[in-house]
Amino acid sequence: MGFWKNDAKDRHTAVAVRRSFGKYGWLPGVLLGILCLGIGAAQGQFAVIWRKAVMICLECIGIG
Amino acid sequence: MQKLRLIVQLVFTIVTNGYAYGFLNGKIYQGAMKYVCVPGLNCYSCPGAVMSCPIGALQALLNRQGFSVPFGVLGFFFVFGSLLGRTVCGFLCPFGLVQDLLHKIPVFRKRKRLPGHHILKYGKYATLVLLVCVGSMFLFGGFAKIPAFCKYLCPSGTLLGALPLLGRNELLRSQIGGLFYWKLGVLIFLLLLSVKVYRPFCQYLCPLGAIYGWFNRFCLVKIRWEEEKCVSCGACERACPVALSLQEISVSPECIRCGRCVDACPAKCLHFKR
Repeated sequence: MGFWKNDAKDRHTAVAVRRSFGKYGWLPGVLLGILCLGIGAAQGQFAVIWRKAVMICLECIGIG
Repeated sequence: MQKLRLIVQLVFTIVTNGYAYGFLNGKIYQGAMKYVCVPGLNCYSCPGAVMSCPIGALQALLNRQGFSVPFGVLGFFFVFGSLLGRTVCGFLCPFGLVQDLLHKIPVFRKRKRLPGHHILKYGKYATLVLLVCVGSMFLFGGFAKIPAFCKYLCPSGTLLGALPLLGRNELLRSQIGGLFYWKLGVLIFLLLLSVKVYRPFCQYLCPLGAIYGWFNRFCLVKIRWEEEKCVSCGACERACPVALSLQEISVSPECIRCGRCVDACPAKCLHFKR
């Protein structure tokens, strides 16, 4: 935990942090995202999003 | 780089808010594109919006009865975050663009941060947890759960959604009450503060920035630092609009990848790279 803190205090730490995730550190996140999108689609969550997004959201505009 | 960034920001904002019929008639787009979320904070009740707001979509899923993991929106966050991190904030967020433009107004002595920044910067995590997540699951308006962030805080909804809609829709205008004036006050406060302080909403309140900040360390688009070329002149630190140190640039959750450090570096040891 605490990975959101700015704890890269010196150059060596910063370089180590940059290298620790490697060149393809982003790839698992993308694959996980695609998996989540698939599960969301299977559960019909995009229909819920669409139904909300195509009607004027009174709360969003400060009326509801 | 800064001209390119401005062009990307303008083009993306215009393309994702390109439903001109909505602006002319006080209505919103209702087509199939709204199944998909944009990466930045862009109210789906904006008359021109052709896609959905990810924070609004997250709250819509959390507002349902019972609880189920909002996989659909988490998927967007993982994909956009893993590829771009907070580059989304720097290049693709319409409300970020508005704040950038306001900060260019040559009045006041500019500040990069507010006093108490080291505490205030956690405000965006508090917004994410308390308003977006907990608020949307446990706050009720009547018998229905409410999208607490959209309802009480989101300035993008007021600027891009409320003002254009109310300007063209008399029925909506007749229903304005105290809540609208609260949100209008929040918007005006943040816009005025943006003239003095660089992107106050992004630095202290934006839940989307809190989410994408987590991805900054391992996302695809990074700013690389070639240590062996660095002459330690400090030009990058002086140019950074959010006052990050050289060691924090790119890896910090606060870095929005604006590229000013890249432009400022005389030794060309900082550059965007996959």
